Amino acid sequence: MDVHIRVENLTFRRGARKIFDNLSLEIPRGQVVAIMGPSGTGKTTLLKLIAGQLTPEKGRVLVDGEDVHRLSRRRLFALRQRMGMLFQSGALLTDLNVFDNVAFPLREHTNLSENLIERLVLMKLQAVGLRGARHMMPSALSGGMARRVALARAIAMDPDMIMYDEPFVGQDPITMGVLVTLVRKLNTSLGLTSVVVSHDVQEVLSIADYVYVISQGQVMAQGTVEVIRNSDDPYVRQFLQGAPDGPVPFHFPAEDYKKDLGLC
Amino acid sequence: MLRFVQWLGHHSLSRIRAAGRLGLFLFSLLPALPYALWRVALLLKQVYNTGTLSLPIIMTAGLFVGMVLGLQGYNVLVDYNSEEAVGTMTALSLFRELGPVVAALLFVGRAGSALTAEIGLMRSTEQLSALEMMAVDPLKFIFAPRFLAVVIVLPMLALIFSALGVLGGYLVAVGWLGVDEGAFWSQMISHVDWYDDVINGVIKSVVFALLVALLSLFHGAEAVPTSEGVSNATTRTVVQGSLGILALDFILTALMFN
Ligand SMILES: Nc1ncnc2c1ncn2[C@@H]1O[C@H](COP(=O)(O)OP(=O)(O)OP(=O)(O)O)[C@@H](O)[C@H]1O
Ligand SMILES: [Mg+2]
Repeated sequence: MDVHIRVENLTFRRGARKIFDNLSLEIPRGQVVAIMGPSGTGKTTLLKLIAGQLTPEKGRVLVDGEDVHRLSRRRLFALRQRMGMLFQSGALLTDLNVFDNVAFPLREHTNLSENLIERLVLMKLQAVGLRGARHMMPSALSGGMARRVALARAIAMDPDMIMYDEPFVGQDPITMGVLVTLVRKLNTSLGLTSVVVSHDVQEVLSIADYVYVISQGQVMAQGTVEVIRNSDDPYVRQFLQGAPDGPVPFHFPAEDYKKDLGLC
Repeated sequence: MLRFVQWLGHHSLSRIRAAGRLGLFLFSLLPALPYALWRVALLLKQVYNTGTLSLPIIMTAGLFVGMVLGLQGYNVLVDYNSEEAVGTMTALSLFRELGPVVAALLFVGRAGSALTAEIGLMRSTEQLSALEMMAVDPLKFIFAPRFLAVVIVLPMLALIFSALGVLGGYLVAVGWLGVDEGAFWSQMISHVDWYDDVINGVIKSVVFALLVALLSLFHGAEAVPTSEGVSNATTRTVVQGSLGILALDFILTALMFN
């Protein structure tokens, strides 16, 4: 198996809180890998560690065999040109309109003619259904639309891998269906490696090849969709079914409730 | 008492740490600056944002300050029968002191605060992260053009301020109070030295510009990514910028005109 992204014994801390404790996982090339886990476990943090935006306390991340946190800035930037990332918030450049946002990486990194850039951008916007919104400013977009523009921007450079942070949140059922197919299609037609962070269990499971469930700094469960669906691990079952009671705590770590309220 | 010492220690440590970060920031920004010259479009956009948009406030303020100088100067000088010197006095105060200082103070409030808020918001909306992910260095793309624009623009604004101030003084002294026009100009021209007065004033405003550019970008980059954090950062830029300008002005004046 050809491993595209390898995370080895990663330990990362935010203040006193350990977000990851000796986390290891592998993401095979050309597959759609889902990363699931409760809110606040550090899924976004994991993507940022993989992209080299955060530095781990221990352990390393290898992308294409290169240790992301050991690379010089120049080599890291070269690597990032082959990485796409869809931010949870969209993170569009607010002083550029939709068209220019999607054209931005092309203009910065290639010498393509304006003509060709226009055609490429319109194709990417068409893929996310927003060709008609090309003249709008980011402030005029809804949250779901902004995220679709960000998706078009993330695929503008035709990267080898894309990391999607919550791509389906805030989309209506129809758009969600289109996006789910798009993620899968990009993956098969371009041979992309896709890392999908999402809470939309059914949608993700419908396109993923492999699933990691992380919680409390560790991989709680992993396997193909079949394995995960049929898992009898109470933790995984609770997460897939969304039951409020079970081994997954709904609450952020806190003092005893009664004590906090001063009742005892 | 122990509390106070503890507070003092903590306070000064965090101050020192902040100064260290400011130095590091400057150190990492320096190598990126040449790129701003290369990306002319980005630079011009910032020159417009910080400079052209500050023109109205700078010009209006310059005119009024000059008019006040003309009036006050006349009132003092007329007692000594040397009211023709009002032109010299106005021009000297403007080019040596008030032009660079007042223009810089207005500029921190008008453009420095805007830069801090803009960059603070870019950070809190993850635009800076997104640029990094697209392999575009925010230092080169965002910070360098803004830094250079401020350094180019502020000295020019200070000169414009002084020029408008001289015009204001002229209007009041000659137009209103009846000082002799020929004497007003000839005295001014023979007493204002190009190098000693004008160039020294420009050097002052370059130094102020470096300070304002550094502070507004640094506080923007350090802003806690919340609305309160951005507003605190903006305040910090204006307060530290204004005090810094006045302190530097004293030092520079002592060095130049002594
Ligand atoms: N800048 C920060 N400073 C301190 N703590 C942070 C910061 N960013 C995130 N955290 C903490 O790190 C933990 C993981 O955050 P992260 O955003 O990675 O979660 P997530 O799994 O993506 O959650 P969600 O599903 O809600 O997006 C959270 O508990 C959060 O409190
Ligand atoms: Mg997240």
